[in-house]
Amino acid sequence: MKTLLKVESLSKHYEGRRGLVGRLTGAPHTVVRAVNDVSFSVERGEILGLIGESGCGKSTLGRAILRLHEPTAGRVMFDSKEVTALDAPALKALRRRMQIIFQDPYASLNPRRTVAQIVGLPLRLHGLASSEAEARAITARICERVGLKANQLDRYPHQFSGGQRQRIGIARALVSNPEFIVCDEPVSALDVSIQAQIIALLLELKREMGLTYLFISHDISVIGYLADRVAVMYLGEIVEMGPVEAILARPRHPYTQSLMSAVPKVEASGRRARIRLTGDLPSPLHPPAGCKFHTRCPLALDICRSTAPLRETVGEGHIAACHRLGEDISLLEDGAA
Amino acid sequence: MSAPLLDVRGLRTVFETRAGTVCAVDGVDVSVHRGECLGIVGESGSGKSVTFASVMGLVKSPGRIEAGTILLDGCDLRGLTPKQMRAVRGKDIAMTMQDALTALNPALTVGEQIAEVFDAHDYTLPRRGSARARAIRDKSAEMLGLVGIPSAESRLRQYPHEFSGGMRQRIMIAIALACRPKLLIADEPTTALDVTIQAQVLELITEIRARLGMSVVLITHDLGVVAEHCDRVMVMYAGQVIEEGPTAEVIAQPQHPYTRGLLASIPRPALRGQPIRPIEGQVPDLIGLPPQCRFYSRCPLHRDACLAPVAMRSAGPNRRVRCILSGEPVE
Ligand SMILES: Nc1ncnc2c1ncn2[C@@H]1O[C@H](COP(=O)(O)OP(=O)(O)OP(=O)(O)O)[C@@H](O)[C@H]1O
Ligand SMILES: Nc1ncnc2c1ncn2[C@@H]1O[C@H](COP(=O)(O)OP(=O)(O)OP(=O)(O)O)[C@@H](O)[C@H]1O
Ligand SMILES: [Mg+2]
Ligand SMILES: [Mg+2]
Repeated sequence: MKTLLKVESLSKHYEGRRGLVGRLTGAPHTVVRAVNDVSFSVERGEILGLIGESGCGKSTLGRAILRLHEPTAGRVMFDSKEVTALDAPALKALRRRMQIIFQDPYASLNPRRTVAQIVGLPLRLHGLASSEAEARAITARICERVGLKANQLDRYPHQFSGGQRQRIGIARALVSNPEFIVCDEPVSALDVSIQAQIIALLLELKREMGLTYLFISHDISVIGYLADRVAVMYLGEIVEMGPVEAILARPRHPYTQSLMSAVPKVEASGRRARIRLTGDLPSPLHPPAGCKFHTRCPLALDICRSTAPLRETVGEGHIAACHRLGEDISLLEDGAA
Repeated sequence: MSAPLLDVRGLRTVFETRAGTVCAVDGVDVSVHRGECLGIVGESGSGKSVTFASVMGLVKSPGRIEAGTILLDGCDLRGLTPKQMRAVRGKDIAMTMQDALTALNPALTVGEQIAEVFDAHDYTLPRRGSARARAIRDKSAEMLGLVGIPSAESRLRQYPHEFSGGMRQRIMIAIALACRPKLLIADEPTTALDVTIQAQVLELITEIRARLGMSVVLITHDLGVVAEHCDRVMVMYAGQVIEEGPTAEVIAQPQHPYTRGLLASIPRPALRGQPIRPIEGQVPDLIGLPPQCRFYSRCPLHRDACLAPVAMRSAGPNRRVRCILSGEPVE
C-alpha cells in the first residue's frame, strides 16, 4: 500500500487569554498543549481510528491536519505534497481532496442556507461545475446517494433530525470527490439505530469511492468494528498505535487497557471486575510532568512521575510509550477482560 | 414476590403544543421491586425522562398527566397535595437529572445544596443553632465522602464550576442520596461522561445500592450499561413499553423486532468485516399517531394485522412484549 498522509511531530498549542489581573501583573500566557508532537501515517484506502477521552485533542488534531487550525509546529504531507508549506491558493486547491465531517451535526451547518446550497458550496468554491444546472445535478446525485430525498433539497437544516443532518454533512464532504476524509465523531451525537445507518453508509461510500478515513471516536466498539489501525490519544499525545487486531487482543499501554475494561459490553451480562482508575482527567492547562498518565495509572513508579517515556516498538507496526512495557504487565488479566 | 415498591399503571402524559398534542407517554406500566435495579432503554424522545418526571410529580405545564395510577409503597402519589409530594421527593424517591452539568445551582456552594436536603427532610437533627449547623455539615461531608470525593470538608465550600463533569455527576448523586431514599431514579447519569469516568459513577451507584438496600431505576440509551448493571430491563419506543424482562434473557432472546434491531445495530469488534444491519427509517412523530403498532413503518415483519392497536402480551415468566408475532394475550 501507498502512504497517502504523513504527519510528523505535529503540535497545536492554544494561547489562553489572560484575565485583567494577569495582564496587569504580567503573568505568562496560559498555553493549552492540545496536540503535542504527534506522528503517524495513513495508507491509501485504510481507516485509521483515533480514540481518546473528551478534551484529549482529537478534533484539534483532525483540524490541524487540514490546516483549519494552523499547527504550531510539525509537518503534514499529503500525497507527497507538504500541506504545512502551501500558500493559500495551493491549500485551497488541495482542500478539494481532503475533507472533514464535523462532530456536531447541529452546529456545523449554516442555518440560513438550504441543503442544496450547503452541499453545493464546495462545487462553487473549487469551480467543479460548469453551470448552475450541473452543480444542482451533482448535488442532487450525492444527496440521493447519502439517503436524502430530492424534495428535501430546498429545506433548511433545522427541519431535519440529527441523523439526517449528519447525512447533509457527509454529502458536503463528498461532493468534491475527495480522497481523504477526517470523520470527527460522525456518529457520537446519534441514537444507536441511526448510528448504525450512518456507519453502514460511510463504509459503503468508502468502498465505492476508494476513500481513506481518519475516523475519530471515543467509542472503542465503533473503532474496533471499522478501523484497520488504531491510535490511542491521552492529553494531546499518542500513547499507543497499531493494527486493530493486535490492540484489541493485547493492548500494551495501561491507559488503553483501562479504556477497554471500562467499556460496558452487551455480551458480558452481569458485572465484571474492572481496572479502577482513580482521579479525574487532569486539566490540559496544567498537564502532569513525566508520563502524563501517571496521575491515574495503577502501575506508576517514581520514574513515571519525572520522565516522559519514549515510543517503543512492541510488535509489527505496533508502538506504545510506557516505562513498564518491558515487564509485560496486563492489568486486564486479573479477571477484567 | 412481595408487592413492588413502585407500581405505575396505565400512565399517560401529554404536552399541548402549537402543532398539536404530543403524547409523550402512552399507557406505560412500570414496577420496581425492592432492592432491584431496573434499566430503561430507548431512543431519544421515546418518553424515558417524561415517564419518571411524572412519577416524581415534576411534569410542568404545558405537560400534564392524563391518566394512570402511581403507587409508591402502596401510597397513591397522584392523590397527594404539592406539599405532601415535596416531602416524598428527596426522602422516599430521588431523581438525578439528565443534564447534571446544568442541574446544579451555580450560585450556591455544593455544601449549601446538600445541606438544603437535610434541612428539609432530616428530622433526627438537633432543632436549631450551631449544633444543627455542625450536624448538617458533618452529614454533608459524609455524603461527599460516600461518593468518593476526597477532602470533603473543604470541597463543601466550593462552587459547581470548580468540579469536573464526573465529580458534578457524583455530587448530584450525593444530593439525591442524602436522605437515603428507597428509590433512586438516575436519568442518564453517565451519558455526558467519558467511559473511564462513567465506569466509576456506575460502580458507585451499584455499590451504594447494595450498601443501602435501595432500588434503582437507571435510564440510559446504552444497552451495554444495562447488561452490566441492571437486573431487569424495559425497552421504550415512541411513548410505549415494547418489551420487558430479565436483562440477560432480553439480550439473549429479544422478542420484539425493535429490540432485535437495536441489538443488531451495535457495532462491535466481533462483527468486523460483516455488515451491520441498521433499522431503517426514523422514530414516528408523537403528534396524532395512528392507533397501529408504532414500529410498523420500520418493521421488517409488518403485516396488515399490525394496523390494529397492539396490547402488551405475556412472553414467558416475567417477560412481556408488545408484538402480535410473539407471546400470548394476557387475561
Ligand atoms: N479554540 C480553542 N482555544 C483554546 N483551547 C482550545 C480550543 N479548541 C480546543 N481547545 C482545548 O484543547 C483541548 C483539546 O480539545 P479538542 O476539542 O481537540 O478535544 P477532543 O479530543 O476533540 O474532545 P471531544 O471528545 O470532547 O470532542 C481541550 O482542552 C480544549 O479545551
Ligand atoms: N415541555 C415539552 N413540551 C413538548 N414536548 C415535550 C416536552 N418535554 C418532552 N416533550 C416530548 O416528549 C417526548 C418524550 O421526551 P423524553 O424527554 O421523555 O424523551 P427521552 O426518552 O428521555 O429522550 P432522551 O433520550 O433524548 O433523553 C419527546 O417527543 C419530547 O419532544
Ligand atoms: Mg472533538
Ligand atoms: Mg431523557
